Amino acid sequence: MSDMKSLSTTPAVHALHPAEKPGVLVKPGAEPVLKATNVTKWFGENHVLRGASITVWPGETVCILGRSGSGKSTFLRSLNFLEDPTDGTVEIDGVIVGADPFHKEGSERQDRIREVRMRAGMVFQEFNLFPHLSVIENCVEAPIHVKGMPRKEAEAIAEKYLAKVGLLEKRDEYPSRLSGGQRQRVAIARALTMQPKVLLFDEPTSALDPTLVGEVLKVMADLAHEGRTMIVVTHEMDFAHEAADRVYYMDKGEFAEVGPPEQVIDAPKDPRTKEFLSRFRTLGSKK
Amino acid sequence: MHIDAELLAKAVAKDEARRAARWQLRFRLGWAALLALLAAFVFFSLNVEIDFLTRATPFIVEGIWITLAVSSASIVLATLLAALGALGRLSSNAVVNAIASFYVSFFRGTPLILQLLVWYLALPQVGIILDPIFCAIGALGMNYGAYMTEIFRAGIQAVPLGQREAASALGMSGGTAFRRIIAPQAFRIIVPAIGNDFVAMLKDSALASTVALHEIVWRARNIGQKEFKTLQTFIIAAMIYWTLTIVFTAVQNRIESRLAAGDRNKAVKG
Repeated sequence: MSDMKSLSTTPAVHALHPAEKPGVLVKPGAEPVLKATNVTKWFGENHVLRGASITVWPGETVCILGRSGSGKSTFLRSLNFLEDPTDGTVEIDGVIVGADPFHKEGSERQDRIREVRMRAGMVFQEFNLFPHLSVIENCVEAPIHVKGMPRKEAEAIAEKYLAKVGLLEKRDEYPSRLSGGQRQRVAIARALTMQPKVLLFDEPTSALDPTLVGEVLKVMADLAHEGRTMIVVTHEMDFAHEAADRVYYMDKGEFAEVGPPEQVIDAPKDPRTKEFLSRFRTLGSKK
Repeated sequence: MHIDAELLAKAVAKDEARRAARWQLRFRLGWAALLALLAAFVFFSLNVEIDFLTRATPFIVEGIWITLAVSSASIVLATLLAALGALGRLSSNAVVNAIASFYVSFFRGTPLILQLLVWYLALPQVGIILDPIFCAIGALGMNYGAYMTEIFRAGIQAVPLGQREAASALGMSGGTAFRRIIAPQAFRIIVPAIGNDFVAMLKDSALASTVALHEIVWRARNIGQKEFKTLQTFIIAAMIYWTLTIVFTAVQNRIESRLAAGDRNKAVKG
């Protein structure tokens, strides 16, 4: 026990990476909307995240690249505490939640985690739509039952976003009747209907048939260009290149290289990034 | 030789349909023959006394209401206990979990007939005297509740983890996620199992004849034994159970296909 008492989590002193500068759509003087500091995760003996930090300003799109198993999905899932980090701090829109590896904190921390989740919409690789609810019900479920929003208001917002992703005519359809691409677009509309400050995408096109990837990426690119704040874990180099303000390359649980896509993707400096990207280049031409 | 592909396909389809129809016909003939055999056995090997049958049949048939009442009340009790038990088995609270798993282990680990006798014969020893109908409901309900606990738990666990994660990511509390997202999906998995158990319960309720509950088997035995005609009365009882089973299995299949088509129906309505 005395051992445990002497172990304390790292205080949250957030430091900017030299390459972290507000993107082009960020209003001058704006404060970061998301700060993750020293996020660390152990799965048993396995050191999955070795103190990863990230700063995102409102209006930015950042992409996290890295080979599978590098910890990039675990990092993203730590931002809304679907994975509870072993150490580190996450701050989203002023709500601060630190790691609590010994479960010392009570329900008050759980409440803050829910506050964080309401501010961070998430889009999953496997869509995770609710199969027993229609498209519109999928979208309004949380706004009504979590935020306490009146149904009419929630439906109006949901319809706006369903129109944006091009699926308003499917509002009363059930997920089982939709294609993968349509499901993922509904999932994006569902996340947006909560009116989050940040959208988290966890490899949103990896489970899709190749012919359906484009429609989802297009919706995401549109959102990025209109100034949505997005963190995207992806293998889609072209998307990262075109839509990201900043790219983070993760290797073995830490960010090996950070910078604008023109630098990280086109002219990587770190040998690990170089090696990773060379695998993409050998097969094909980059335009 | 050239064969027109379309003609060939049509011929194949026709042949397949003919074979399927023939199979159906043979299947039904098989059933009809077996039924006829059974009827022949009843009519020729027994003294069919219309007088006795007209006295015995209504008396036994009246037991249907008791059988149905006990089975219905027991399935309701079992469902409630199973819901609580499943929540207990899935609880992160170790003590709650221990209570639930103790319940399941004990009631699945001892014979139903013994449990029934405890309610009827042993509880009076400690001053608890219950009407046979409450003994039957208590024993059947608690026993089936233990089995159904595991079914309910499996049904809840069969809802993919991604559903829980999506609900959490939207800011839902554990309770809200369970009520709004997990339970409705688990329900679709569980309902057919409840139907199955109800049909099984209809027959297991016959055990309550041993605690003097005047249900179908008790009536068949009593009126039969008085005149040494239990073979006749048990056949009547068997026919009643068989009919009940067929009827309720059909009802259950209907509910099941409704549930399976639930999404489609709702989509059409909406």
